[in-house]
Amino acid sequence: MKKLINDARAVVDETLGGLAAAHSDILSVSFEPRYVARRGAPIAGKVALVSGGGSGHEPLHVGFVGRGMLDAAVPGAIFASPTPDLVFAATRAVDGGAGVLYLVKNYTGDVLNFETAADFAAGAGIRVESVLINDDVAVEDSSFTAGRRGIAGAVLVEKIAGAAAERGDDLDSVAAIARRVNASMRSMGVGLRAGVVPYSGEPSFTLDDEHIEFGIGIHGEPGRAVIPLEPADAIVDRLVTAITGDLPFVAGDRVLLLVNGLGGTPLSELYIVFRRAAQSLVERGLAVTRSLVGSFATSLEMQGVSITLLRLDDELLELWDAPVHTAALRWGC
Amino acid sequence: MSLDATWVVDWMRESARVLAENRAELGALDREIGDGDHGENMDRGFAAVLAGLETISADASPGGVLQKVAMTLISTIGGAAGPLYGTGLLKASDAAGTETQLDGASIVALLRAVRDGIVLRGKAEVGEKTMVDAWTPAVDAASAAESAGESPGGILRAAAEAASAGAEATEPLIARKGRASYLGERAIGHRDPGAQSTALLLQAAADAARNA
Repeated sequence: MKKLINDARAVVDETLGGLAAAHSDILSVSFEPRYVARRGAPIAGKVALVSGGGSGHEPLHVGFVGRGMLDAAVPGAIFASPTPDLVFAATRAVDGGAGVLYLVKNYTGDVLNFETAADFAAGAGIRVESVLINDDVAVEDSSFTAGRRGIAGAVLVEKIAGAAAERGDDLDSVAAIARRVNASMRSMGVGLRAGVVPYSGEPSFTLDDEHIEFGIGIHGEPGRAVIPLEPADAIVDRLVTAITGDLPFVAGDRVLLLVNGLGGTPLSELYIVFRRAAQSLVERGLAVTRSLVGSFATSLEMQGVSITLLRLDDELLELWDAPVHTAALRWGC
Repeated sequence: MSLDATWVVDWMRESARVLAENRAELGALDREIGDGDHGENMDRGFAAVLAGLETISADASPGGVLQKVAMTLISTIGGAAGPLYGTGLLKASDAAGTETQLDGASIVALLRAVRDGIVLRGKAEVGEKTMVDAWTPAVDAASAAESAGESPGGILRAAAEAASAGAEATEPLIARKGRASYLGERAIGHRDPGAQSTALLLQAAADAARNA
């Protein structure tokens, strides 16, 4: 496997070095302890948003630090949660006195490390609320499992909750908005070929040329089934059916459609997917009111795509449209 | 008979040794039903603990040593095990308080505090194929041994034996927590790596108290 790296152990730090160099107007990077903070943080009186998780999903989360989105992101090693001391360090660095909201994708490691950090923050007199993101319909939600995983829907939660914090909402209100976004969205992905973790050099799963993993996780976890490769439209129909059947969305709903590349799929294919997904939603009577196409929550160079659908209301729409200025999303300013 | 801070230090040294020795075995267990990094994570965490023991003050209490160990593990193990073991040992540190000598009842209270901290953090119950399946029988066995008038060393040996049996007893279970829970029946036949590392840690605790 060929990679543009220098040292497998330095991948995360060198990524952050480049991020800092490219976007010094937006963010700053602390290497020891390791976190990324919004330029100008802490912002007095504003609720601070902190997210994080394993690296390898860029631009998630570090690329979403900046005005109108995250105040800090805490990247762990590739596919490994950051430890609580790092999350706590980031929390202290960006707390502006109005409390801190943790946005946590539902993986046991992330959940436990952020919970422990929240205990540390409470001990230091910082008020923390946490919202779990679990948009992936591939995994059945039940009391018999660790629950649904958080995938690309994290981008939508971070954007909309970030806008709520930016307009001056208090901690409880921003947390409520984040929970509402999470409850109003569903996602599912499909994997064609695995990404390769730099220090192992091994693909995170194997599939032959004729099969795809339907319901793939963003670390290459298995989904619902390995199925034969089909034309894009048929795959998209399967994803849209799984997603719309789950919320359920009803005719007349306004929706935001996110087509997210997993790192190794070209934008042309993402648009082919978007084309069919939009058609399919229109056939279901849904109004695709906002759209986002690109690679935002990736799995190294995994080939594949995920689709996220968010049911919008007037307030969520307004918050989505609000100005944002981060390395990976920018509009309105 | 009682144990002091020297026992805690010896426990952690022995833990570091056995976790390094069992790194590959824990990794192999975790590859079967998890993400494969438990051996590496535990070894890295306890290697950092070992380094930290060099600078511990001679008059530290058992609770003081445990607190330092807990904070080191929280910042170095990662994954789910870091917050679980770290929180457990922090609670154990609280339970030990400023006592300099731990008698049998204090040892039982310390083990119970570890277990309760782990349950508080991970919210697992017995039978869900987690480290709680090793900790809870260990606490029960320790409590029974203490009631029967065993020495601190005897209490820890009872706990270690029960933890080892508990770890083995996770093999036929379906996981309800953590990454293994997504495997459903495919997790059957595999030992939980966290229960296994718990068994190793409690054997180390007993070995460190072999003369007590």
